[in-house]
Amino acid sequence: MIVTRGVVKRFGAVTAVDGVDLDVREGDRYGLLGPNGSGKTTLVRMLLGLVFATRGEIEVLGVPVPRRVHSALPSIGAMVEGPGLYPHLSGRTNLALLDAAGPGGNRADRKRRVGEALERVGLAGIDRRPVKAYSLGMRQRLGLAAALLRRPRMLILDEPTNGLDPRGIREIRDLLAELNAEGTTVFLSSHLLAEIEALCTRVGVMDRGRLVLQDELATLRAPTGRVLVGTPEPDRVVGLLDGRVEKRDGRFLTVRHPDAGDLNAELQKAGIRVTEIGAERRSLEQVVLDATTTSSDRVEAA
Amino acid sequence: MIRVELAKLFRRPRTYVIAGLLCALPFTVAVFLATTRIPPPPGQGGAFLSAVLSNGALFPAAAMALVMPVFLPVSVAVLAGDAVAGEAQTGTLRYLLIRPVGRTRLLVAKLIALIVFVLFAIGAVLITSFLTGISLFGGEPSAGVALPADVTSLSGVTITPAGLVLRLLATVAYIVVSMLGVAAIALFLSTVTDSALGAAMGALAVLVTSQVLVALDAAAAIRPYLPTRYWLAWIDLFRDPILWRDIERGAGIQVVFLLVLLGAAWANFMTRDISS
Repeated sequence: MIVTRGVVKRFGAVTAVDGVDLDVREGDRYGLLGPNGSGKTTLVRMLLGLVFATRGEIEVLGVPVPRRVHSALPSIGAMVEGPGLYPHLSGRTNLALLDAAGPGGNRADRKRRVGEALERVGLAGIDRRPVKAYSLGMRQRLGLAAALLRRPRMLILDEPTNGLDPRGIREIRDLLAELNAEGTTVFLSSHLLAEIEALCTRVGVMDRGRLVLQDELATLRAPTGRVLVGTPEPDRVVGLLDGRVEKRDGRFLTVRHPDAGDLNAELQKAGIRVTEIGAERRSLEQVVLDATTTSSDRVEAA
Repeated sequence: MIRVELAKLFRRPRTYVIAGLLCALPFTVAVFLATTRIPPPPGQGGAFLSAVLSNGALFPAAAMALVMPVFLPVSVAVLAGDAVAGEAQTGTLRYLLIRPVGRTRLLVAKLIALIVFVLFAIGAVLITSFLTGISLFGGEPSAGVALPADVTSLSGVTITPAGLVLRLLATVAYIVVSMLGVAAIALFLSTVTDSALGAAMGALAVLVTSQVLVALDAAAAIRPYLPTRYWLAWIDLFRDPILWRDIERGAGIQVVFLLVLLGAAWANFMTRDISS
């Protein structure tokens, strides 16, 4: 769905995107993770033909970008850096004007399309107030409705949950999962780990313009070869598994062991009570911290 | 897209506010003239104003002469400066482009909306000033209109009402072409900057500079090529016989400005990174 090869974008002396090879497959829930200023938004803009790459090739929905981006864009719904809305018009009018601006879809069912999109994002009841009277969260939902207006095959969303409360974030996540289940490829960029971790199946990590990591979330979060054990009798466990206990924190122990089930059976045999047991997995946070260097908004003295 | 631009134009209150202000200026002048009956001395004040006192049917032409030098170009510069940069500021430009609307198509739609605005504003001024003129100064448009002595070479020549309407239509056409020159300057700047105010200011700076140079004898060498040099040449349409020389030159210069600046705007917009 999205393939880039060695994409570079320079703004003057600054290299915003530096040799990115992105690979998003059909049906993916792809999360592009990276701190602010790591080049995510520039990359997204290049995918949409808004910003022109200095070097490299981009292919979206099988079509070269920016040369033939116009044949891909009708099948893409996107939100880039917050919604763009005319503040003096109502939400419905905003969507209707956007719908009328581009190709495809006749006037007769425009009203229905707008209504459906609003319903999907939970704004079915909005009235005729102008957008400038909307809350930040409502605008965000309206921006999402604009992306959904044409029933796209692919969604490209840059920080879609900005300004939403926890319940709103959850609703949007459920909506995206639902759309994905219906066959929509979801490409999401965010600096929020939790958001990517909760929704995405594939992850790319950007750092200073480079894509430093790209893999299945499940692979990245593979077991570490350690098992976490919770027990009321930690001393007996330490005695039994002499030398294999790597860390002890009150009732919780980190044990070097390949399989949680086998360890559990071993402890049971010794008559040790176990309250919790499970394989230790790397958190996405740890993965990202290992892959990235320094926070991009840190400014060190030279 | 053109329909969308027109919808946006006519759904914005500011369109009507600007048109209202444009109509208010000649109306204010008319009220003062009608109450005092003091005509401006020949060669000073707005064109046609002394003639209006004897025939209100000529007031639309006087109104054009009032709004043309400053007010109308300022409003065109403001709207044209806002055309692309304003979309960038509200963040709607990127959504229009990925909708997708072609960049060329967007520029053309903006330009057409600007032409419609100029026609709408001039139309409003013509209608209100005609009504104002007839009701405040009287006048029998059906009896034929005497061309005013301060512009005609031969005083006392009368033209038919149909002739007056034709000359007013030609005036509208000439003013639209002149304003398109202004629109092209502001539209070009609007594709360069993301600040609508900056683009409007830039266009106004060009116009003011041009006006100053037109009046400066030291700059006589470049005078014929200044965009504002022939702005009031349409007044020659009310002479008998009509003097076409300045009108032709004025239209020619505006067309050159229009083509060059629209070309520049297009080239710049097509190759520009949209990072707003």
